[in-house]
Amino acid sequence: MAVDVRLPTVLRGHAGGASVVQVDGATIGEVLSKMLAEYPGMSGQVLTEDGSLHKFVNVYVDDDDVRYLQGLDTPVHDGAEVSILPAVAGG
Amino acid sequence: MLRLPRPLYMEMVAHCLEGLPDEACGLLVGSYGGDEVAHLFVTPNAAGSAMVYEIDPKEMLRVDREARALGADIMGVFHSHTHTDAYPSPTDVAQATDPAWHYVLVSLRDTHPVVRSYLIRDGHVSEEQVQVPGLEVPGLDGHTDLGPDPDRPAHPGPGPDPGDPENPGAGGLQATG
Repeated sequence: MAVDVRLPTVLRGHAGGASVVQVDGATIGEVLSKMLAEYPGMSGQVLTEDGSLHKFVNVYVDDDDVRYLQGLDTPVHDGAEVSILPAVAGG
Repeated sequence: MLRLPRPLYMEMVAHCLEGLPDEACGLLVGSYGGDEVAHLFVTPNAAGSAMVYEIDPKEMLRVDREARALGADIMGVFHSHTHTDAYPSPTDVAQATDPAWHYVLVSLRDTHPVVRSYLIRDGHVSEEQVQVPGLEVPGLDGHTDLGPDPDRPAHPGPGPDPGDPENPGAGGLQATG
């Protein structure tokens, strides 16, 4: 199923400047993997080398942070809005 | 350069003062990569700490959506340092992920808040000029008092800052607005 993925500003340059890209997938993990396959410039900024979610990004399905759902196994429904945003913190 | 309308500057500094003794934070919204802050969103410090800050992920999503509705984007972040200079800490640098964002620091160490802005790219910190129309703020010309005081620990802890009795003016020019 197709979902819209809203990109953080820092990644848009890797998608031709688009703020939203459309990707297929049944889970967040599938959606992100396919997105990274299509836009390899984003590699390393969303998922870590071992395939887990990078600690400097938060990913949401509609209104919910997937870390509080099922992580990368979180299912997505047709027409869902997936948002990727930086995790902003410091000292 | 960062241009910050005076009402937004005031709101930012007030939010930082209200957040004491913890660090406070918020997001700058405008044209991504641009110089002009169009909107300021104050957010709670989800870390609830005098040493670190964290913008709640749900607040990030909320602000991102509001920014989009305004035809704008998140273009930077501000946070306060309660006991240290208005200079990015090593943690700030390590966690700065967007090279086009403006990273604004508000130091509350001294009597008057000190506001500085930086670009952080690949771990390299460069200060930029801050313009607040209608407010003359010494120390915002980007060419004075660069960097933290090397004699001062980056995080002296939440206790009172003893300062430097031999050089009380060291390490920060003060807003006189």
